[in-house]
Amino acid sequence: MQDKTFNIIISGVGGQGVITMLSLIDEAVFIDGYDVKSSELHGLSQRGGSVLAHVRLGKKVYSPLVQDGRADLIIGLELLEGLRVLNFANKDTAVLVNKYIFPVLGGLPQKEIVKKLNESFTKKMHIIEASDICKAKLQNEVVGAIYLLGYAVGKNLIPIKKESILKAIENIVPEKYRELNIKAFNLAYGDN
Amino acid sequence: MKKILLGNEAIVQGALEAGVDFVSGYPGCPSAEIGDEFLKIAKENGVYAEWSTNEKVALEAAIGASFSGLKSLVNMKSFGINVCSDSLLPLAYTGTKAPMVIVVADDPSCWSSAQSEQDSRGYAYLSHIPVLEPSDPQECRDFTKLGFEISEKFNIPVILMTTTRVSHQKMPVEFNKTNSKPQKIGEFIKNPHQFSTMPPRVLEMKKELLEKLEKIKAYAQISKINKISKNPGSEKFGIAASGVAYLHTLEALKELDLDIPILKINLFYPLADKTIASFIKKLKKVLVVEELEGYLEKEIKIIAKDNGLNLQIFGKDLLPKTGELNTEEVILALSEILKLKIENSKFNLPASRQELKIPRRTARLCEGCPYWHIFPVIKRIAPEGAIFGGDIGCNMIAGLAPHSMHDYLFSMGASLGISHGVKKSVSPDGPKVISLMGDGTFFHAGIPALINAVYNKSNPLVVILDNRITAMTGHQQNPGMGKTGMDENTEELKIEEIAKACGVKHIKVLDPVNTKEFEDTIKEFLDKDEVSLIICKRICKLLEKRQNSPSQIISPD
Repeated sequence: MQDKTFNIIISGVGGQGVITMLSLIDEAVFIDGYDVKSSELHGLSQRGGSVLAHVRLGKKVYSPLVQDGRADLIIGLELLEGLRVLNFANKDTAVLVNKYIFPVLGGLPQKEIVKKLNESFTKKMHIIEASDICKAKLQNEVVGAIYLLGYAVGKNLIPIKKESILKAIENIVPEKYRELNIKAFNLAYGDN
Repeated sequence: MKKILLGNEAIVQGALEAGVDFVSGYPGCPSAEIGDEFLKIAKENGVYAEWSTNEKVALEAAIGASFSGLKSLVNMKSFGINVCSDSLLPLAYTGTKAPMVIVVADDPSCWSSAQSEQDSRGYAYLSHIPVLEPSDPQECRDFTKLGFEISEKFNIPVILMTTTRVSHQKMPVEFNKTNSKPQKIGEFIKNPHQFSTMPPRVLEMKKELLEKLEKIKAYAQISKINKISKNPGSEKFGIAASGVAYLHTLEALKELDLDIPILKINLFYPLADKTIASFIKKLKKVLVVEELEGYLEKEIKIIAKDNGLNLQIFGKDLLPKTGELNTEEVILALSEILKLKIENSKFNLPASRQELKIPRRTARLCEGCPYWHIFPVIKRIAPEGAIFGGDIGCNMIAGLAPHSMHDYLFSMGASLGISHGVKKSVSPDGPKVISLMGDGTFFHAGIPALINAVYNKSNPLVVILDNRITAMTGHQQNPGMGKTGMDENTEELKIEEIAKACGVKHIKVLDPVNTKEFEDTIKEFLDKDEVSLIICKRICKLLEKRQNSPSQIISPD
């Protein structure tokens, strides 16, 4: 791991698994022996609102919050929520967005969001049909979050080893769902 | 050992290490996980834990435990301290017998709070109770233990003040594993001289309290509870910071590659003025970094003046009083004082931000929520000009689109208190007034307002949205469920029976899915000259799902 703190933003809609993804990253970084701080919001966000989590990892991390324009990786579990957090991006930020829409009053059509994402100044934009792939291949779209994590690790968009994430899944995910989560992770990891 | 812990989990860990026996509280965001976690592990750890009906009762339960020799912890969100303040102030006077820590979790930026963006540190001045302010989960664990130590040493309750960014922060935390212990049986030894605030004894008690605080201040200075990163040497500039703002300060200094002495205030009250005076005496400039109110800044200005120190003290002139702080804001304040030229492109400061106009995704009712059968019907049936009182809980969503039906929203149970006042003030032939309230809120603070409306003869229509649980804060048990927080069977309190006992003459319990019945009842009750009450009883959809399949693949955020 480099000296510089690595900044991750995870966004989505309540119930999509933002907090689970954050817990897995925290645990994996901890297994790797590095410092990590993360920040999550509960409460009103639980009722279909936007959920935003910050994760920072490195040798020594102070603040739990990522500054605007300073994210190294952004993972959006939903299109509009991915677009919403682009204020954390700079031109070198890797942005990973699930091509999945959770309708909102006065929201933009899918095509327009995808267009806006592709037109952003960020050079590394990945728009992936994570939920759809998981639904088709695993009959479960909720593990789309884990699929995106597998993709990020496989593409080296996040400085965490595959083995550490798998160990984190073992430590955190309840046993009866572990296999499904590992399958979703490997599906994306192997797709690369 | 070391493990990733959430701030709230670290508080539980610290309390277990301190040997806590008795835990009470009322759920709210961002403190709810403390009570949830204790209720899960209470039995195996020899702890008694409960969700009380409100924060005042929760505090009083802990006072009883303390007077009986049990170590107690009370947990609540910011507004909880307002509710319990009536008993909090006398508690400072009587002091504790066994130690007590009161956790109060503020919510700067109001991420999950209506009501107000309150800075609960202000209660330190009002109550004379010591306040510890952790910055991260490690300190949550450490300061909970420290809180119990201070409480035990000085027989005074200690407030542990967190914020959303501390309670919901995660990091690797060092702690000691605890062994399970048997539940301690307390003993109440009569001591009215200490436990009863009857005058003229109360004034003696106040004197004792003020003396105690001087001792705590001296103790804080000797035991170095507040931390100085390095003593100011040739530098003429220093920083005093507290809470999570301290972490943003460290980050800002790292970004700017600056090495500046920092005084970290861990004990907000009583403030160790000698420590502060010795820190600032060689400085020409000090920046005070704290969230919301400028309490520390004002204190430091007074300390400087009392010590005849001539230095510039910055704080709320450069940092906002509204909303939580972040690293950028500290960078901007530092650059202003140190006359640094900050490149916008490097820091992406507000001026250079790309503007994205994206519709807000506000909270909404869950799919299948019983309230979908309630809000539209009330809106349709209520005559034009009807006034709607909103209350705290999931039913708050009535105030948001597409329902948009709140005319006022205040605090727990306030919809009815205010509706009564409106009804008494407007013409008897004037608008109809309808109050919405959840079941948890009814038990928390709705009952006195209901009694008042009956007693003082007004006639709002009260609709209780009884979804069989305290849902908004993450599904905590309440007195209407026949289950305690520890999931034991208990008396199921029926809202209709309470209402009847409060003198309400027109009461109807119905399932809101039966739209026709609901509509007819609203029409009938709106014409009544007395208070009327409809209980819309239908289980929260999430709870129903959970009861059918206990654990989900991914926990709901």
